[in-house]
Amino acid sequence: MTQVSRPSFLRLLGAALVASVAALPAMAQQAPTLDAIRARGTLVCGVNTGLAGFAQPDSQGVWRGFDVDYCRAVAVALFNDASKVRYVPTTAQNRFTALQSGEVDMLSRNTTWTLSRDTSLGFDFPAISFFDGQGFMVKASLGVRTARELDGATICVQPGTTTEQNLTDWARANRVNFTPVVIERLEELVGAFVGGRCDAFTTDVSGLAATRAAQARPADYTILPDVISKEPLGPLVRHGDQRMTDLVRWVHFGLIASEELGITAANVRQMAANDTRPEVQRMLGRNGDLGQMLGVDNAWLVNVIAAIGNYGEIFERNLTPIGIQRGPNALWTTPGGLQYAPPFR
Amino acid sequence: MSDATVDPRFRRKPPKRPLRLSWADERVRGIVWQVVVVAIIGGIIYWLWSNTVHNLEVRRIATGFGFLWREAGLPIAEHVIPYEPTDTYFRALTVGVLNTLKVAVVGIVLATILGTVVGIARLSKNFLVSKIAGFYVEVIRDLPLLLQLLFWYTVMQGLPGPRQAFHPAEGLYFSNRGFRFPALEWEGAHTAALAACVVGTVLTWLYARVARAKQMADGQPRKIWPAAIALILGLPIFVWLALGAPWTIDWPALRGFNFRGGMAVSPEYAALLIGLVTYTAGFIAEVVRAGILSVNQGQWEAAQALGLRHGSVLRLIVLPQALRVIIPPMTSNYLNLTKNSSLAVAIGYQDIVSIANTTLNQTGQAIEGIAIIMLVYLTISLSISLFMNWYNAKIALVER
Amino acid sequence: MSDITANTPIHGSSAPRDAPMATTGPIAWLRANLFSGWLSTAVTLLLGYLIVRAVVGIVDWAFINAIWSVPLSPTGVAQTQVCRDLQGAGACWAVVTEKHRFMLFGTYPYEQHWRPAIVCLLFIGLYIVSAMRRFWNWTLVPIWIVTLTAIGILMWGGVLGLPYVPQERWGGLPITLILATFGLAFAFPLSILVALGRRSSLPAIKVLCVVYVELIRGVPLISLLFMASVMFPLFLPEGMNIDKLLRAQIAIILFAGAYLAEVVRGGLQALPKGQYEAADAMGLSYWQKTGLIILPQALRLVIPPLVNTFIGFFKDTSLVLIIGIFDLLTAGKTAIVEPAWQGFGVEVYVFVGLIYLCFCFAMSKYSQGLEAELNRHRRR
Repeated sequence: MTQVSRPSFLRLLGAALVASVAALPAMAQQAPTLDAIRARGTLVCGVNTGLAGFAQPDSQGVWRGFDVDYCRAVAVALFNDASKVRYVPTTAQNRFTALQSGEVDMLSRNTTWTLSRDTSLGFDFPAISFFDGQGFMVKASLGVRTARELDGATICVQPGTTTEQNLTDWARANRVNFTPVVIERLEELVGAFVGGRCDAFTTDVSGLAATRAAQARPADYTILPDVISKEPLGPLVRHGDQRMTDLVRWVHFGLIASEELGITAANVRQMAANDTRPEVQRMLGRNGDLGQMLGVDNAWLVNVIAAIGNYGEIFERNLTPIGIQRGPNALWTTPGGLQYAPPFR
Repeated sequence: MSDATVDPRFRRKPPKRPLRLSWADERVRGIVWQVVVVAIIGGIIYWLWSNTVHNLEVRRIATGFGFLWREAGLPIAEHVIPYEPTDTYFRALTVGVLNTLKVAVVGIVLATILGTVVGIARLSKNFLVSKIAGFYVEVIRDLPLLLQLLFWYTVMQGLPGPRQAFHPAEGLYFSNRGFRFPALEWEGAHTAALAACVVGTVLTWLYARVARAKQMADGQPRKIWPAAIALILGLPIFVWLALGAPWTIDWPALRGFNFRGGMAVSPEYAALLIGLVTYTAGFIAEVVRAGILSVNQGQWEAAQALGLRHGSVLRLIVLPQALRVIIPPMTSNYLNLTKNSSLAVAIGYQDIVSIANTTLNQTGQAIEGIAIIMLVYLTISLSISLFMNWYNAKIALVER
Repeated sequence: MSDITANTPIHGSSAPRDAPMATTGPIAWLRANLFSGWLSTAVTLLLGYLIVRAVVGIVDWAFINAIWSVPLSPTGVAQTQVCRDLQGAGACWAVVTEKHRFMLFGTYPYEQHWRPAIVCLLFIGLYIVSAMRRFWNWTLVPIWIVTLTAIGILMWGGVLGLPYVPQERWGGLPITLILATFGLAFAFPLSILVALGRRSSLPAIKVLCVVYVELIRGVPLISLLFMASVMFPLFLPEGMNIDKLLRAQIAIILFAGAYLAEVVRGGLQALPKGQYEAADAMGLSYWQKTGLIILPQALRLVIPPLVNTFIGFFKDTSLVLIIGIFDLLTAGKTAIVEPAWQGFGVEVYVFVGLIYLCFCFAMSKYSQGLEAELNRHRRR
């Protein structure tokens, strides 16, 4: 650098300044997300840096999990190619900035739908892909039956999340004193709990179940019956981009409706050709132009189901092996199930 | 540097040449350069600033420090001053700053002691001692601190649970919940005794100065230690006895889930402290060793010729001289330790970074959160720098 | 000699005396270095006992009781029950066997792993070449530019028939090496400018450089990384994005620049004033003086502290863990998220630690050797 002669060095700096100023008006106009994704040819999806069952790279470095499958499903709907996704691992801190700044197109990262996130952070939550709630897990040897008995206990919790705030709210309402152990990364937090640093571990019940199932002797741990909050988790996109919101929302509903109608990855092609039910024909694009209304190919749902499977298959592939029950995430036709899709019409 | 020492011929300023508006004039070039650089940097900063203002507006992100007075709602495990989740963010952040200082101050003291011991051990005549010290320094300095902290935290979790706590003596418990010690119940008399101790120390120091001055005058060494014991130990004990000698010990005991009572050191604090101290001590050891080696061999030989023992040579002759070489790099090691304490966030010790982080997460005000972190560390760093510069100037060689 | 006979005892001749103590040979060495006094002997025995205990324990754990691989179930999930049954008596190296490629290369496409592998070798080659004194001149600049370009091509691809790999998929050891090396490559010229600026006679430039250096050195790297992670996107105009890795890299460059500037300034200050005055007397311009006279001498002086600073950055890159970039340490930690492998953190830390140790130890030995060589004239 020091060898650069004076005039050219000046010119370089000047050029950099001019270029940066010139870039300002050009960049200010933001293209709608869908067009940008199409132009780029890939969907950029923000995921967790590593949460068993939801998003985690395997031994070969391929991202897998429930949240990851939602990214893949949207990519298939757009490009008919599940590999056209770029995954950006995000932490609890930088996930919202990443979406706001356009670094990612959508966030599929176990994020709770709250009023303030929906309004003041400028996001839309197209769907609830997973109904969750916050609970507690303790070692069975402790003999605790309900959360109210945790007075005086040490509780492991992730900081800066709704979980932490729920915990303090609940403790205040129930006059429970506790000592927190706050660790940002979930692996360490789980390690601290299993190692006995804390008496109880609180997070979403799905996370508790996954942690419990991962232990050498799951029976040593009890998940308490108390659920202290509602945690509707789902993908989120930027506010003000309705076509992207619609697409993500209907991909989710398509997965639900397919399970309800018995469409699976194995039989979807055959059903698209032969099934006589009108709704199936509309969904799978043999009749009508629902796909075009969404701005994608009419065979979008055939491609999605063939590549990813329906909601039940996604659940079984990722979450059942780590010990998570369907529970409220069963279809509405099952007692206690909450997953419901509006009509495809 | 006073004017009197300067040759009068040089006191006259060189004649001022009129400024020529030409590229060939060095001063004109200098001014143009400065204007250009300042304009470029100012332009970049203005550009970033206007972008930021625009983005904050578009994304409807609140600005300002108004959030400081809102209820924090975040639980903090360790606090030097009383704290409840219903307190404000400001109080939560203050707790964080105090937690940072708590680990930094204790860490600096312990790292200095350990580092000096290891540094001297590296120069030991015993082969095993010097090799082990060398091995320690090499390994500790070649591993990332973050990895070491994670390791120490894992070790802390390997301790037995509270009900099987390691219990070497009455009132001492080591478990994965931390360490518990018996504590004295603090009363007014103890504060008074502490004050008396401080007064005694000051008096001892004054007495030592007088004694030294007298020794310089008549060559008679005077014993300082009887006076020191009387003043530093005797005075506080007298004050304490005079005030009724209160003595209640708060013994830790297992109640419910955890130990209650006594004094506690949490595993997070312990892991962070051990990690920071062992890591920084590796660097301090090298500084100390280099300092000792920098003292001329002749000083050792001269001191030995006077009949001083090895320890006395080190204490009276070598270390005071080595100190001049040691202090400047020591300052940067202290600064590093303080800044490295920010890694606490990875193992769950709630220092300022951890709490400011949670705050910015809850309020969404990233700029303010990071500004607070930076401001706190800048203040601490500058204070340490100023103190060490003052100390350095004080011990610097006074040249003729 | 005659008075000796006067002092000789009356009875018998003097007892045969032992030969004087050997001052060379292994026994003498032991006596001098291990058992020179009762204190020294006690310390030696105690330390020796502890060392033997530690070595036996480590060998037991790491080799004798260790498990090196575990079978996979038909569904592809590792059967780690054997490892869990050890209950800490032995290491479960199976986690390293199974996950080493993920830890080394992160989420990089599996079949393309040869590319990051070559990149790592290129980096090592670059370090070795830079360490040779034969190359300490301006030829080092093209070497660095060519190697770093080659590394960029290999990692990104998209040309020469290599498939394109976006930055989000990079991970593991190459990320650590990239962050440290590119950090140095860009921070070094920056630091020279800043160091020169700090010694400049132009007040505005001097103030700017002082503020920059003191500001950056006063705050922890973590806060800069947080800034890169959550604040940079706010600084940029809407719709313009900089990749997360690049943002972290910029933060590391700014950080390294400030520290290196102080190292370089040390070199500039160490040069005798006569060098500056002689150059001025020759009528050289500022840049000629700096480029031809001052820097070649000053930079040579600061190479050992430069290597030490580089070791520092190399380790500090592990902090990107906190903002979720897949460097070596993050990849190691993510490898044990999978339920089957949870709880084998120590083995992974040992593996990752050994890699850091190899790199840092080699560099620090090199810097010590260099320092000794450059200081040889001061030894007596």
